[in-house]
Amino acid sequence: MTIQFTLNHKKVSAEISPDTVLYDLVRSLGCASVKCGCETSNCGLCTVFLDDVPVLSCSVLAARADGRCVTTLEGLQQEAAEFGAFIADQGAEQCGFCNPGFIMNALALFRQNPDPGEDEIKEYLAGNLCRCSGYEGQLRGIQNFLAWKKQKEVAQ
Amino acid sequence: MKTVNQSVRKKDAMQLVTGQPVYLDDIAPKDCLTVKLLRSPHANAIIQSIDTSRAMLVPGMEAVFTWQDVDQNGRRYTQAGQTYPEPSPYDRLVLDRHVRFVGDVVAILAGKDEKTVEKAMKLIKVEYEVLEPVLDFRTAKDNPVLVHPENNWESLCPVGADNKRNLCAHEETGSGDVDAVLQGCDVVIDRVYHTKACQQAMMETFRTYCSIDAYGRLNVLSSTQIVFHCRRILANALHIPKSMIRVSKPRIGGGFGAKQTSVCEVYPAFVTWMTKKPSKLIFTRRESMTASTPRHEMEMHVRLGADKNGIVKAIDLYTLSNTGAYGEHGPTTVGLSGHKSIPLYGKAEAFRFTYDVVYTNHMSAGAYRGYGATQGLFAVESAVNELAAKLNIDPIALRLRNIVKEGEVMPAYYNQLNTSCALDRCIENVKRRIDWDNKYPMRVLPNGKIRSVGMGMAMQGSGITSVDVGSAALKINDDGFYTLRIGAADMGTGCDTILAQIAAEVLECPLENITVLAADTDSSPYDSGSYASSTTYVTGKAVEMCAKQLIEKLCEQAAQMLGVHADTLQFAGDRVETADGQKSVSLTEIAVAGQCGANTALEAAVTHSSELSPPPFMVGAAELEIDPETGETQVIDFVSAVDCGTPVNPNLARVQAEGGILQGIGMALTENVTYNAKGEPIESSLMQYKIPTRADIGHIRVEFESSYEESGPFGAKSIGEVVINTPLPAIADAVANATGHRFYELPITPEQIAMACLHRDAK
Amino acid sequence: MMTIREYKKTESLEEAYQLNQKKANRIIGGMLWLKMEKINVGTAIDLSGLGLDTIEETEQEFRIGAMVTLRMLEQHPGFHAYTNGAAREAVRHIVGVQFRNLATVGGSVYGRFGFSDVLTLLLAMQTDVELYKGGIVPLAEFVKMPYDRDILVRIIVHKEKAAFCYRSVRPTKTDFPALTCCAARTEDGQYRFAVGARPMPAVLVCPTCAVQDMPAAVQQAVTTGSNIRGSAAYRRHLTGVLVKRCIEQLEQ
Repeated sequence: MTIQFTLNHKKVSAEISPDTVLYDLVRSLGCASVKCGCETSNCGLCTVFLDDVPVLSCSVLAARADGRCVTTLEGLQQEAAEFGAFIADQGAEQCGFCNPGFIMNALALFRQNPDPGEDEIKEYLAGNLCRCSGYEGQLRGIQNFLAWKKQKEVAQ
Repeated sequence: MKTVNQSVRKKDAMQLVTGQPVYLDDIAPKDCLTVKLLRSPHANAIIQSIDTSRAMLVPGMEAVFTWQDVDQNGRRYTQAGQTYPEPSPYDRLVLDRHVRFVGDVVAILAGKDEKTVEKAMKLIKVEYEVLEPVLDFRTAKDNPVLVHPENNWESLCPVGADNKRNLCAHEETGSGDVDAVLQGCDVVIDRVYHTKACQQAMMETFRTYCSIDAYGRLNVLSSTQIVFHCRRILANALHIPKSMIRVSKPRIGGGFGAKQTSVCEVYPAFVTWMTKKPSKLIFTRRESMTASTPRHEMEMHVRLGADKNGIVKAIDLYTLSNTGAYGEHGPTTVGLSGHKSIPLYGKAEAFRFTYDVVYTNHMSAGAYRGYGATQGLFAVESAVNELAAKLNIDPIALRLRNIVKEGEVMPAYYNQLNTSCALDRCIENVKRRIDWDNKYPMRVLPNGKIRSVGMGMAMQGSGITSVDVGSAALKINDDGFYTLRIGAADMGTGCDTILAQIAAEVLECPLENITVLAADTDSSPYDSGSYASSTTYVTGKAVEMCAKQLIEKLCEQAAQMLGVHADTLQFAGDRVETADGQKSVSLTEIAVAGQCGANTALEAAVTHSSELSPPPFMVGAAELEIDPETGETQVIDFVSAVDCGTPVNPNLARVQAEGGILQGIGMALTENVTYNAKGEPIESSLMQYKIPTRADIGHIRVEFESSYEESGPFGAKSIGEVVINTPLPAIADAVANATGHRFYELPITPEQIAMACLHRDAK
Repeated sequence: MMTIREYKKTESLEEAYQLNQKKANRIIGGMLWLKMEKINVGTAIDLSGLGLDTIEETEQEFRIGAMVTLRMLEQHPGFHAYTNGAAREAVRHIVGVQFRNLATVGGSVYGRFGFSDVLTLLLAMQTDVELYKGGIVPLAEFVKMPYDRDILVRIIVHKEKAAFCYRSVRPTKTDFPALTCCAARTEDGQYRFAVGARPMPAVLVCPTCAVQDMPAAVQQAVTTGSNIRGSAAYRRHLTGVLVKRCIEQLEQ
């Protein structure tokens, strides 16, 4: 079957099977940032935005993307670099494999809640597993980024 | 220091945070064959018959291989990434008629895509003769059921292995008369501790891509920590010359020791070698949880004797280790359970350390960060904590009376001198930062919850003494930038950056001027690989020495250009100049001269091995909040101090520590491994095997109390492994301090805590 | 691995119902549990074009469409206020935000899973299930019904003058629960307790004894079992603890 959807701000058309999942589809369309870490919908590595809502692309039928907007880290390069720099400044990206999913969901958090507290950060990102960092460096990176953004807004 | 001891960003950081395609499955061509493995549903069985004809009828199928395609009398091999001759026994065939655990490989399938191969897999008919399995490692030794009855089983090293007794290794070492000293002790703690086969659970599962290159050689791109060992393993497994194999690695999505064993490489290698077509194998998470290379399950019997002042006089440790169906890292992990725990107690007059490593019909164990030290330190440190409680001495005060000091000889650590040690400072640091004196042992909050603390110490090594080899090659390029070639594997740890920092420090240049070419058996100088906490200390030293050698060559080239003697020159980073500064030639000029009419290679290569393995030390203390009614337990604060010598990159060292600590916390509280009666692992996914999420942890706080290790690069020792060890005894003791109940098996679950409190209150 | 031969985004409930009469066909909700099954689905029936993804609040009730996600349930201000935050507490521990953006209320309730937080929450309230053919059935009855080929259209929560409290115990913060408990205290001081993750589907207990005796009474009434998240004995113990804690909260 054929579907049409918007991938990273571009209209695309794709030939898919009824059981193709969105994860496989976006990777086949060149969005290699999207990773897979489990088969049980609980690692968060495959997080993408479906109509601006963060979802697990491994668990969404590609057919359900028909007519909708899908965004991966490939479509958010500027935001990813801006925020990711703060993670890099902690060395907290480590192996990097969980980073795209983590960064996607962190960006979703910042859009929904521009000034989250520590507990809110932990709750929102609880579904993003990381085995390298112990999460502490990611938390420092997030807090430093938020402080920098606030400062920038005050300055403007 | 300008570059070393600075928290610079990892050289690959921005590529990683922006999600660039740098991992194996991002690079492997989309149209290569997909390899999948049919696995045994039985823990111990002989394949009677296997019919693959219907599977091969599925359109798009390329090949199915079974034991009939592998010489059953051929030489066996090990998948352990170790220096040759490997202590791990040669006990594997790529495909064996005898399958030895639920998940052992029965057939290798290759086809055009995943769907095709999955479909074909369902059509393979296998008949098994099901044998009784050995599932309890306590009954394995001298069990009439043999895991490896075959005659072509082989042990290359004198590790006490005997396949006719299910023994993978056995040894007894000691010093002094332990029994006599224990008899004279005022107190003896006599306990048995049990830890499980925890999973590394790196986010990227095992994966390998293979192709045949322009020279007809097997080209292996794999997510591995050990390219050179992997080449040997593949040559042994496929019975082909090493010269026909090249192994390299892309970015690795985490390893923690898992990728120190060639868990998946042999299968696509077999397919590509047989079919001459490119192929890839990506392990599912389930495969990574059930047919991989987890920590060795161990049971440790500790007898710890002390006088009434808490001075530890003798330690007697017996470790029983479960290597599972194959012996990868079996003979070596177990050694660390004693050699990295007993030496902490510098006043002991005698010790004995005995061990058996046994085969069972569980999945094969392997290397996981801490490598046996984690298990041994849980046992010994827990016994010391219990000793402190029994004598009513503060465990920190007791440690300070006992610990090994810098300059002392460590009898249980191969009689090595303790060349650098800030363990005493680490203890004081943690005591202060966690506010120990106010928090020890526990207090009850108004809401009924309990806050308690507990602590533990740890040491590890820095590489394997006189075995591990680190190498570096450096050359200068036009524009005066350098290429650093290494065989160590950056698996996210940042060693590419750390080694470049060391080079930049010596070469007095900005870090950007060093490009790093990572592990590739064809182009890298030989390196044992990134394991055993060796990279910073061993390879790092090689880099330092190599950079110094290159400077000499650069000075010689400059001497020719300036018409002076090289002795009169000094290297100044961007130029070489005479001592008086009158004459100089720039680095760019030297580099360009080296590329025009030159007869000398402006490059250097150094190989280094160390006769020492100076231990990093660490102290950790946990503050728990326990709900005694539900048993829910959270580490709200984990405070630690690490002596890793000079942290080459403090940021990266800190994140190593934070990450390692959380893995230790997981092992203490949530990560369980259990088998059902058939020998199937229950925790076969990340849904059932619970690694901590960020919601599960309060804060992890790390500080460094650095000693200076003369034999390391700029005073550095290792960091990667020691960091996982302290949470286990610290948390177990904090639980005991909160509940009055001591647990001797990990993980300690909410249920166990709640039920212990319930029974305590009922009394 | 799950395979699907055809995908159909249905245009009416009738069409979905007709398709669902075939044994090989399956209605897909969030697809989170379905995808882990090793099944070959004939036609995957998608209800997402039928406008069932809204929560309507009226004077008398909340009408929660089958395709409403757990995240929507968590964040609905009216439902949050009505349940005193119990709704949010019930679902906020489930895996992660991305998971809850997919998992549907309809899927959770229809599945009648032995681990369900959502079922526990809704069972403690005056909840009906609207089935396409079967009409409106009280949730307590639906829980006991065998799986059939009808379609769950929406959940109706009838407003009452009551306060709610939700508690769960989980081995780790985002894990499946070892036990769940939702308590309702009506205006006249009567209590209802839904106890779930026993690990069988949630059950409703309405004790009539004195408040201080309720934990024991509910413990007595609820059967518990064992799985890797807890033994029957631990769950029995937790039943008493969570009932007691809910009461403490609601008596304040």
